Amino acid sequence: MPQNAPVLDVRDLTTIFHTRTGEVHAVNGVSFDLRRGELLGVVGESGSGKSVTMMSLIGLLPTPPAEIRHGTVTFEGRDLLRMDDAGLRRIRGDRIGFVFQDPMTSLNPVFPVGHQIAEPLRKHMRLNRRQARDRAVELLELVGIPDAARRLGDYPHQFSGGMRQRVMIAIALACDPDVLIADEPTTALDVTIQAQILELVKDLREKLGMAIVWITHDLGVIAGIADRVMVMYGGQIVEHAAVREMFARPRHPYTRALLKTVPSVRGRREPRLTVIEGQPPILTAAPDACPFRDRCAYRFDACDRRNPPRFDVGPGHDAACFWDFDADAPRGRVAAHA
Amino acid sequence: MLTFALRRILISIPTLLVISLAIFLLLELAPGDPMSQVPLTVPDEVKQRMREALGMGEPIPVRYGKWLLQFFWVEPLNLIDHWFGTTFAAGEQRILSWQTRSPVMEIVAQRMPQTLWVVGMSYVVGVLIALPIGIYSAYRQYSVFDQAGTFVSMIGYSVPPFFSGVLVIVIFSIQLQWFPSVYDTTHVVDSWDSFVVQLRQMIMPVMVLALQTTAQISRFMRASMLDNLGQDYVRTARAKGMSEAVVVLRHVLRNSMIPVVTVIALGVPGIFGGAIITEQVFKVNGIGQLLITAIQGADLPMVQTLTFIFAVLIVGFNLLADILYGLLDPRIRYD
Repeated sequence: MPQNAPVLDVRDLTTIFHTRTGEVHAVNGVSFDLRRGELLGVVGESGSGKSVTMMSLIGLLPTPPAEIRHGTVTFEGRDLLRMDDAGLRRIRGDRIGFVFQDPMTSLNPVFPVGHQIAEPLRKHMRLNRRQARDRAVELLELVGIPDAARRLGDYPHQFSGGMRQRVMIAIALACDPDVLIADEPTTALDVTIQAQILELVKDLREKLGMAIVWITHDLGVIAGIADRVMVMYGGQIVEHAAVREMFARPRHPYTRALLKTVPSVRGRREPRLTVIEGQPPILTAAPDACPFRDRCAYRFDACDRRNPPRFDVGPGHDAACFWDFDADAPRGRVAAHA
Repeated sequence: MLTFALRRILISIPTLLVISLAIFLLLELAPGDPMSQVPLTVPDEVKQRMREALGMGEPIPVRYGKWLLQFFWVEPLNLIDHWFGTTFAAGEQRILSWQTRSPVMEIVAQRMPQTLWVVGMSYVVGVLIALPIGIYSAYRQYSVFDQAGTFVSMIGYSVPPFFSGVLVIVIFSIQLQWFPSVYDTTHVVDSWDSFVVQLRQMIMPVMVLALQTTAQISRFMRASMLDNLGQDYVRTARAKGMSEAVVVLRHVLRNSMIPVVTVIALGVPGIFGGAIITEQVFKVNGIGQLLITAIQGADLPMVQTLTFIFAVLIVGFNLLADILYGLLDPRIRYD
């Protein structure tokens, strides 16, 4: 199989929530692919639609209130959005694994961790009790939990936060998935534990070769582990590039602003941290103009008229902005139309 | 856990002693005279002698001490004698009812089966109906089923048994003539037919009481399920590809049952206490009815003993609830 064949291909995914006050358009026509064995970083502030995008594509959002309006998600030649619940359940936990943000609450407090690891093994791989136990020990050792065999009978509260996240990773990897979706897996952990978990994931990726989607709002983490990065804002992908390219030549004002907010440990110390002024939008309708325009320093008339599509700005690099940073002028085609 | 249980049992001894003293002193303060039902033609000095014969002339500490001795020593000995045919308690003074002059414990033993049959059965029925209703209502929150459940619960909470009891009598006994309106306490179950008769006379009181139990427990179960359905571990279970049945009935239910089991355990002493009003409505000769007549007749030893038995049950089931909590929730360790 070629190295860059997509294992997951998402086209024009649109998810809305029905609320009392009307519709909220959380994901607006998101398209991306995930190649076999790569680590794709997804960055954005809270409410930018990162998690909702990933939950949508595998049917983890409660419907109602959520509704997946259109799009296709191609995985192993089938469209996940048109698959029934039983079919999705066979893929979740087997071909696609999940790690969630808060390891304190993501494990069931009343079952021993061994049981929680064994559940997907018994369901998807049809292992018997004995085999599932052996595999659970193997998995706990794989994620670096010492004395694994003895700890199978322990309950989640008997583990520290970092150890619990390791258990979560063990559960996600139980059936040797093709795709691992990690939704801010290190956000709730303190910095030293974060570093350990990052090392563990890098290491596991080398050993097992699954593709990983890593959702975070921490650019430092992305710089350290990702191959490609997608920046999300207002339920859309506003910029997408290889990780070095993204940090070297950001081509969307939001990405540029995000990068500026990261305080530098070198050079002069700023008296105040840089912030992006304003609030992210709550979209009650599909956006018909650039969702970032209210907070953007480069705003001009085109931004109010149309929602910018993703323009190619370099090899494997696109940005949804009418401003051409290379020419430092509005994009020609837009200017021509205007 | 064992240490915890032992410690709690030891602590409950002084607790119960204080409760017994409080009950005793409160009853001393209560107005009422056991002679009030004796005909007016009986002269006062005779009544006074009768009072002294009941032991009323003695000072309060002596009477309290005697009651303690009788309750904790003589009555258990009598129980042992009754079980094993021994004669340890021979000749010892038992706690006597002032109204009937027979031992309080024997009357309690006669009345208890009626209460357990009717009130106990209603509790079991109520809980068994309430749990599935609560689970399904929470899982389908705001559905038609849930709304109907909420409405029925509201009725169960707000309609008192003296109304619902009479209502079902009017409907099922008088209009439809399906069930007898009076519970026959002397009925003996010895054949299939007599069992059916027993069932028929139990249905209405059980129905009235079970409505209340169901209303409370199903609301509680629903709230507890809703708390847990929103937890992150539910999403984890779904992300593992578990079926909805496993997610709801194993992952969520196991967590939701922790507080519900405690509430169910804490409700059990209420069964032994009887359902005073419902027993009156259906003429069930149970413990609740016994307590009411004892209070009306100023039968202090009976009231004192019954109240104290309730106190023992409440303390005991509180302990049981705590232990169950510890068994169900692995995060709780009592040592």
